[in-house]
Amino acid sequence: MKFLRNYLNKVKPSFEEGGKLHAFRSLFDGFETFLFVPNDTSKSGVNIHDAIDSKRIMSIVVISLVPALLLGMYNIGLQNAIAAGVADSTSWFSMFLFGLAVTLPKIVVSYAVGLGIEFTVAQWKNEEIHEGFLVSGILIPMIVPVGCPLWILALATAFAVIFAKEVFGGTGMNIVNVALVARAFIFFAYPSVISGDAVWVATEPVFGLGAAVENVDAYTCATALQHAVNGAPLAGAAPDVVLSTQDMLFGFMPGSIGETSVVAIAIGAVILLWTGVASWRIMFSVFAGGILMAMLFGYTMPENPVAQIPAWQHLILGGFCFGAVFMATDPVTSARTETGKYIYGLGIGAMAIIIRVLNPGYPEGMMLAILLMNVTAPFIDYCVVQSNISNRAKRLTKKK
Amino acid sequence: MGLSKKNKEALTAPLLKDNPVTVQVLGICSALAVTSKLEPAVVMGLSVTIIVSMANVIISLIRNTIPNRIRIIVQLVVVAALVTLVSEVLKAFAYDVSVQLSVYIGLIITNCILMGRLEAFAMQNKPWPSFLDGIGNGLGYAMILVIVAFFRELFGSGTLFNYPVVEKLGLYDCGYLNNGLMLMTPAAFILIACIVWYQRAKDKSLQE
Repeated sequence: MKFLRNYLNKVKPSFEEGGKLHAFRSLFDGFETFLFVPNDTSKSGVNIHDAIDSKRIMSIVVISLVPALLLGMYNIGLQNAIAAGVADSTSWFSMFLFGLAVTLPKIVVSYAVGLGIEFTVAQWKNEEIHEGFLVSGILIPMIVPVGCPLWILALATAFAVIFAKEVFGGTGMNIVNVALVARAFIFFAYPSVISGDAVWVATEPVFGLGAAVENVDAYTCATALQHAVNGAPLAGAAPDVVLSTQDMLFGFMPGSIGETSVVAIAIGAVILLWTGVASWRIMFSVFAGGILMAMLFGYTMPENPVAQIPAWQHLILGGFCFGAVFMATDPVTSARTETGKYIYGLGIGAMAIIIRVLNPGYPEGMMLAILLMNVTAPFIDYCVVQSNISNRAKRLTKKK
Repeated sequence: MGLSKKNKEALTAPLLKDNPVTVQVLGICSALAVTSKLEPAVVMGLSVTIIVSMANVIISLIRNTIPNRIRIIVQLVVVAALVTLVSEVLKAFAYDVSVQLSVYIGLIITNCILMGRLEAFAMQNKPWPSFLDGIGNGLGYAMILVIVAFFRELFGSGTLFNYPVVEKLGLYDCGYLNNGLMLMTPAAFILIACIVWYQRAKDKSLQE
């Protein structure tokens, strides 16, 4: 640590006004404050919500994402091995290595593009570098299928950072979740790489790792929710059952890279709640909204195969957990008032299930539900604040 | 051209610093609806140019005889007659494009640019300046339409005027895919916003 500090102090002058590397000032600033808590605290903007600065909050979120990422990597290798029919002869470690080799380029691309834009904008506007991309940069690769090409990922990241964040004023000013905008961009611009049943499993070896799936064109592997739309029973005693409950919990099923494992996400959730970074009100109410809506559909729509998925399975399938824990709780885009957080969370949970059940074209509704409620969050806050004001005004007139 | 300074202003101002789409933010609906391909966008832009300039001239000619209380109805009748004419001509000579444009040719009647120019310019000015103002506004509108349609067609369908540019370049073989978002209307919103952004960044006098 000492060594790092000394080194930074040594190179610092060349980044200052008149120094040789002045053009890269924001880059240096960004890394310095990432490594060491700066001595001066900011007086306005996002940091006002907490005593620790937003880089520390973001580091905690990144740490809490690691379990889901690691299990996701292993799952990629596992699905590849299953698809190639060599699941029994492949060790868990080589499965993990394969997943790492597939996922790492995505993470690198996402960070390089996103941070590149952030550094450029900071330099151009003569501002301090915004740290907001630390979390988005790891979230974006985790919410896309393994088959997503890198150039599309780069394009989506650039689109999201520019149009969802920088045009609104940068970190802390965005109305909608940046990572989800990146995913929504891919979803609407290149639907063939993010939906259907051919993108969720890696079919080619990378760096000699993993196995090639023979007869790639004929091989399909749908997500659990896609199966449900097609009317296949997901769990139970039926012989053509798709998944065991254990698989669903540990996430050994096809899906986006980081979203499948409920257990890993739960570890992340514990870290987030324990450190107080995420709001338990939002997390709780997202699950409550999902359960209520799923039960309602379960009773009222006996014909609809997706409505007949039990409520608890709805919650552990697809991106529901991941969205509830890491996306809905984003402090920038969620509702700020305490009552508003309940309404916001309930809205996300209910809307996600509504989209799943009522729109067979979209097997997963979590992304659109969160984006929709992101947009509504300021309105929810406004209503909560206004009703509080009018309640107090009423109390005042009653006393008189 | 021997245009007086004022006439020149009427013709050129709507092209850039008083553009009906990016500065006055009029005619957005049709700019979203017809810009997924270049061909309909060009036809739409030309139709609006013709209609707005002709309507300007006609209204300007009769501006002193129109009773003030029914002027909107008179303007509408003139515009509706011109729109019907253009629509019939398109059906006769460019049927495919007229099918692509479907209701949007008819909806030129409701295009805010038309009523705006008639009310704001033709009612107070002589026919020649009104004609130039109509041409200027029509071309300003057409220009934005063509820019938006160029990007939407190139990235959304990989073609330009239905010529398969991307395929000829061999990009599909490298794994390139068309951007489906570009074919949806939100893409037109984003592109127009980018043009507005660029224009205001360049021209400080437009910044609010």
